[in-house]
Amino acid sequence: MSSSITGVSAADTAPHGEDPKSALEGDRASTGRLGDRLFGGAATGAGLTVIALVVLIGVFLLSQAIPSLMKNEVNFLTSREWVPSGDHPRFGIALMAWTTVISSILAMLIAVPLGVGVALFITQYAPPWLSRPAATIIDLLAAVPSIVYGLWGLQIAGRYFNPVGNFVTDHLGWLPLFKAGGTPQNTIAFISLVLAIMILPIVTALSREVFAQTPGPHKEGALALGATKWEMIRTAVLPFGKPGVISAAMLALGRALGETVAVMILLSALAPGSPWSWSIFNGGETFASKIASAAAEFDSPQKTGAYIAAGLVLFILTFIVNAIARIVIERRKAFSE
Amino acid sequence: MAKRIDVKDLDIYYGKFKAVEGVTMTVEPRSVTAFIGPSGCGKSTVLRTLNRMHEVIPGGHVDGKVLLDDQDLYAPNMDPVAVRRMIGMVFQRPNPFPTMSIRDNVAAGLKLNGMKNKKQLDEVVEKSLKGANLWNEVKDRLDKPGAGLSGGQQQRLCIARAIAVSPQVLLMDEPCSALDPISTLAIEDLIHELKDKYTVVIVTHNMQQAARVADNTAFFNLAATGKPGKLVEMNTTQKMFNNPDEKATEDYISGRFG
Repeated sequence: MSSSITGVSAADTAPHGEDPKSALEGDRASTGRLGDRLFGGAATGAGLTVIALVVLIGVFLLSQAIPSLMKNEVNFLTSREWVPSGDHPRFGIALMAWTTVISSILAMLIAVPLGVGVALFITQYAPPWLSRPAATIIDLLAAVPSIVYGLWGLQIAGRYFNPVGNFVTDHLGWLPLFKAGGTPQNTIAFISLVLAIMILPIVTALSREVFAQTPGPHKEGALALGATKWEMIRTAVLPFGKPGVISAAMLALGRALGETVAVMILLSALAPGSPWSWSIFNGGETFASKIASAAAEFDSPQKTGAYIAAGLVLFILTFIVNAIARIVIERRKAFSE
Repeated sequence: MAKRIDVKDLDIYYGKFKAVEGVTMTVEPRSVTAFIGPSGCGKSTVLRTLNRMHEVIPGGHVDGKVLLDDQDLYAPNMDPVAVRRMIGMVFQRPNPFPTMSIRDNVAAGLKLNGMKNKKQLDEVVEKSLKGANLWNEVKDRLDKPGAGLSGGQQQRLCIARAIAVSPQVLLMDEPCSALDPISTLAIEDLIHELKDKYTVVIVTHNMQQAARVADNTAFFNLAATGKPGKLVEMNTTQKMFNNPDEKATEDYISGRFG
């Protein structure tokens, strides 16, 4: 994992042309002494436990979801209805999927460029007396619980967002994406903003770490060619940090997709049967917020199963996001030492 | 394409620390000048002041003049970026950009200068790689990563990258110290060819290398432990190695110290 975050690996310190693995990972490296066997066993056990846990979670979700899905009378993936209980359950995830994905993508669009910019400032531009405290503050921000962001959004930021939102819907409302819906502070647009602020420290902290590790010789190489500071960053720092930034973005996306409590208290649910809207100035519910707000009322296995099926989709969604990130990083591997 | 460098009364500082004192020297165009001297005597520092690369280190600044054909490189209105475009540099450890292909590495400087025409770029890439004696080895894999080459090839790639922007002067900071003898020989042959077109300044720890490649040699040493480094003597390589003016030079070259 560390290799994909930083874009460097142990191979960097090994002399060129030698495969570092062959030197270290032969069977003969293991001596069979007691300490070796104890530690090897513990490490293997820990690894297997994690794999077993993931498999068990998958099996649990599937076994709970399948009976409910069998009874479902509408298409689970495309229906907008959500009536999971009764003799004729009708439930689909289309609305939740839209709300979850669009809010997370918007949050990413805001947070990733901003976070990369902040990280570049801290590592390349800021004087040392400023960069160190700034980095510490960013790291602290990453640890603020999401309920705090939710409360802040509800009590303070929302008030200031309403006029902005109204301005956008008044002037750009003719675009389906900006069509006026509810009060701006209870809409997808606003939670995207709150999510962006929430994931900004994650993007910044991880990007800062990789940018700071850009090897000096690469930077000097660019400068000696007559690169300005920005050109040096473009030719040496950004390409070096790219795999790390992608990993950071995916971690942040994972958090945005699964964010529950802040979304739950900010976003207003749509009335059942409201017409479909592409607008981000509309209410809705994400997978996580819908499951959380209904969790107190799971009274039948069938109803529970419907929600678990929705949770399963979220599980798969994050899985796909991670897989894509991994493919992107792997494809450029030959070019990152 | 090749210009003369005149250094006048140059003091070099890192913050308040004076690293090198009172250097006055002339580097002739279309020749190879070697800087030799014991570790820590400031020869690399002097080299880096010639294209203002030492200013990259926080606190690095100079007092004195460096003239490139009468143009003051440290004039207040002189942009360090412009200086580095005229005076290229090759470093101790080969440092091709790891995320770029061989072609893009050579073209990197040209792209910074705003050259976009692909045909033109390809021509300069070919010419530069030929100039660095690397073309035949890489012409079939220009799109492969530069970091996949051997150490010696990487260093020649860095030389190709440096000469692609047609600099007036080429600075080399111990360019062979991380290379094996065969690769070193290849680079030395290349230096011989480069001096037809460029002014070359090379820092080396290897006195045989200085004797092999340089027309002129400058010997640097510390005035005393803890004191700044200074230029002891500069003469033709022939004279430096046979009958130098200074006793210290003779002692160093004959291996009596350093």
